[in-house]
Amino acid sequence: MPTLEIDGQQVTVEEGANLIQAADRLGIEIPHYCYHPGLSVAGNCRMCLVEIEKMPKLQIACNTRAAEGMVVRTATERVRAVRQAVLEFLLRNHPIDCPICDQAGECKLQDYYMDYDLQPSRVPLEEKVHKRKVLDIGRWIVLDQERCILCTRCIRFLDEVTHTSELGLFERGDRTAIDLFPGMRLDNPYSGNVVDICPVGALTNKDFRFRARVWYLDHTPSVCPSCATGCNIEIHHRAGEIFRFRPRENPAVNRWWMCDEGRLSYKRFQGEQRLGRAHLRRDGSLQPVSWEAALDFVAEKLREASASGKAGAAAVVSAQATNEEIYAVARLFRGALRGSPVAGLSWSPPGATGDEILRDADKNPNTRGLRALGLDAGALGAVIEAAMRGEIRALFVFRADLEPVLGAARLHALRDRIGSLVVADSHGHATAALADAVLPLATFAEMDGTYTNRSGLVQRIHAAFPPPADARAGWEVVAELGARLGDGERAASAEAVFAKLAASESPFAGMTYATIGLRGAPLRQGG
Amino acid sequence: MGEKILLRHEEVPDLCRLSVYEADGGYAAARKALTQATPDALVEMVKVSGLRGRGGAGFPTGVKWGFLPKDSPKPRYLCVNADEGEPGTFKDRQILEHNPHLLLEGILISSFAIRCHTAYVYIRGELARAARVLEEAIAEAYRAGHFGHNIYGTGYDLDVYVHRGAGAYICGEETGLIESLEGKRAYPRVKPPFPATYGVFGCPTIVNNVETLACVPAIVARGPEWFKSIGPEKCPGPKLYCLSGHVNRPGVYEAPMGTPLRELIYGPQFGGGVWRGKKLKAVIPGGSSVPVLRPEEIDVPMDFDSVAKAGSLLGSCGIIVMDEDTCMVDALRVIARFYHHESCGQCTPCREGTGWLHRVLQHLEFGGADPDDVELLLRVADNMMGNTICLLADAAAMPVRSFVTKFRAEFEEHLRAAGGPRRPAAEAPLAAPPPP
Repeated sequence: MPTLEIDGQQVTVEEGANLIQAADRLGIEIPHYCYHPGLSVAGNCRMCLVEIEKMPKLQIACNTRAAEGMVVRTATERVRAVRQAVLEFLLRNHPIDCPICDQAGECKLQDYYMDYDLQPSRVPLEEKVHKRKVLDIGRWIVLDQERCILCTRCIRFLDEVTHTSELGLFERGDRTAIDLFPGMRLDNPYSGNVVDICPVGALTNKDFRFRARVWYLDHTPSVCPSCATGCNIEIHHRAGEIFRFRPRENPAVNRWWMCDEGRLSYKRFQGEQRLGRAHLRRDGSLQPVSWEAALDFVAEKLREASASGKAGAAAVVSAQATNEEIYAVARLFRGALRGSPVAGLSWSPPGATGDEILRDADKNPNTRGLRALGLDAGALGAVIEAAMRGEIRALFVFRADLEPVLGAARLHALRDRIGSLVVADSHGHATAALADAVLPLATFAEMDGTYTNRSGLVQRIHAAFPPPADARAGWEVVAELGARLGDGERAASAEAVFAKLAASESPFAGMTYATIGLRGAPLRQGG
Repeated sequence: MGEKILLRHEEVPDLCRLSVYEADGGYAAARKALTQATPDALVEMVKVSGLRGRGGAGFPTGVKWGFLPKDSPKPRYLCVNADEGEPGTFKDRQILEHNPHLLLEGILISSFAIRCHTAYVYIRGELARAARVLEEAIAEAYRAGHFGHNIYGTGYDLDVYVHRGAGAYICGEETGLIESLEGKRAYPRVKPPFPATYGVFGCPTIVNNVETLACVPAIVARGPEWFKSIGPEKCPGPKLYCLSGHVNRPGVYEAPMGTPLRELIYGPQFGGGVWRGKKLKAVIPGGSSVPVLRPEEIDVPMDFDSVAKAGSLLGSCGIIVMDEDTCMVDALRVIARFYHHESCGQCTPCREGTGWLHRVLQHLEFGGADPDDVELLLRVADNMMGNTICLLADAAAMPVRSFVTKFRAEFEEHLRAAGGPRRPAAEAPLAAPPPP
């Protein structure tokens, strides 16, 4: 644990930390392009040069380990001058096409230019080295070699993280360009990360290009809902529309990365099938109705069913639901509905695969949470069988489409044998189309809550924007039903639901939204 | 010094043949070293001799050998830097082409001294003949038992391999050389770690220049004191000087370290004076990357310390002589073009700076320069120096600084005249832009 001095302040850092990390501990940013904490040190951009006492030359902070007694200066005239010099070099052959560049607004060339350079270009455009532009190098990735500053982050990512090595450097000097190796395409399942780590506009994502100026986008921390890994993400959105997911650093989960499958999964949270209004089946078809009418109907059907016998009402809750939602539904059925069965459902499409980097074959964000809350998939079979025998009068299906699970024929048979089918979900699907009542739910981007990932880490999702029309979070719907079914306690927020959950479910004991924070908190042993 | 050590082949015909080399006393030093000395004693001997690296930096060879970690379980490697690429330098090539067994004997002794069992000779791609001669010499030496298994019955094994480069100046930088040897792009490595701890394949490695290793057999045969007695005390030994440019007798000359530059240019046994009876205008003493000297600055002994004191560098001892008709702007443009072509492109200041310097010098020489372009040259050079992974940026910047500073009037004159006195058609760009 060396203690060193940076710009007159003392700081103690862990063994092996470099000067960029040490300075960061003091809130001092040492500008850099090629350094990335998740990749090997390249030392090529020369932006992080700093002064170190007793060393005649400036040293790169990224490759200098903090050492006991080291005296570092990052704010001297000499350091300022070299930063300006490096920026002038970087911009010499840069096309400076910010007005048409998708990176504008999140570009380190722009940022550091404003911080350290601020001098006009001396090189007319016709004198610059020209390279290839708008290169389609992969399913999602477009390369502009002229904007590239050759930091090699993308190359190192593909060498060191995915081990696929699609990109390399070609030619030398100021003719150097990054390009695909012959016969290759940048089509690995993690290709989008190269766009995130590209500090400039050289690599852009086809899915996002020209769709939004980044400064119009709001960022909300969340967790990717597309598999059990639970990669930490930021939702980039505007006016209720999601534009992209970006990975958010969490060393315990995804480090700095996410897969393309998760990255593009935002698309399924918006679109045509989105449910905004409650519906009840009238005269054979689903008609939009008021929330009150729908809730009254559902509450009445559940009450009747549960009063009719010991398994008259039942619920199926999927691992797409948050811990709060699962807890709320389970509590309602076990409590106010007098021990009605609740089955968990964690279904992934046939052939769903994972890998050893991040992707999990379980495409649900909260299978572990479902289990930790005492709902396992075994109960589903029993509930379906009971329903097939005609014993279940009201089935409440929460965030699940049963068609791919049961098949269309069995689903229809099931539908015919139960009195009332209630579906609560954010989007329409085959099961919802057969329901007697459909309750519109918020998507994961529209509500607060928690998921428990495959390794038992409980992580927070945050509402990025309000749900459309009448849709709302599942725990709110359950609270409304609970009020109608005589449950006196009515939670006011997801956090309040979680507080109750933590108080009654031992794997979550002692946990609060504050302790979960942005990095998650592990389930207790046995969870 | 009448007797030649490094250029012995000039006195003994066919010295590249093993039988001739052995008959001339060759490999006796290696036999003596392997059978009578310990590795540590040999390292000490080289330390005492004062031998300093002939590649350009002049670092004491024995001290470098001493940097190898004592307790590493990894194998060690010797890399011979035969990637002689500095413009104006063609000395190692003489040894490789005409006296290869001297190098091989040096490799054998040095490998034994540093306890390595594999040596690589990284030879510049363009030196095809040298590579062929060396390969033949290696084959002969293997057959005679100087390499391979159980050399001289001592139980010591050593293999030597020739690795040919593909024509890049940067491969002469020792870590660029190592990367290239490993089959990668020759990007110099960030240091630390240094090759002595993390070199070829991540193992402890010593990289030595051809001429350096060629000095080792004589040190063993005649003793370090003999070696020390040649030339200046802090920088002793025989030295190869490459004379090129506007001299009467260009070529490679062997003379003691510290021979005065004036003598090398004008001495009848060396350069024999500036050609065509012209006056001297400038000399680059150590290869194209070092600061240029004016005629009044050439009374300097050619050793590492003295040339440094005179404001330039001994470098690789590539002495480039320029007569009074030389256009210094054009000469610098040619040098800048070389570094623009050869910058590996890894570090920002070098990648962009070398091209920038070249471009500005093209404007100065061929027209189109801005009034502040002379100042710009100095500023760009300053911004490059000392700010990169390897020294190529400094190599490109040092001549610019010295040419502009010492011949400023000529640069200003080019500005006023909107170009140089000769106005050849602008040369083609380095590489055609790729198709869109």
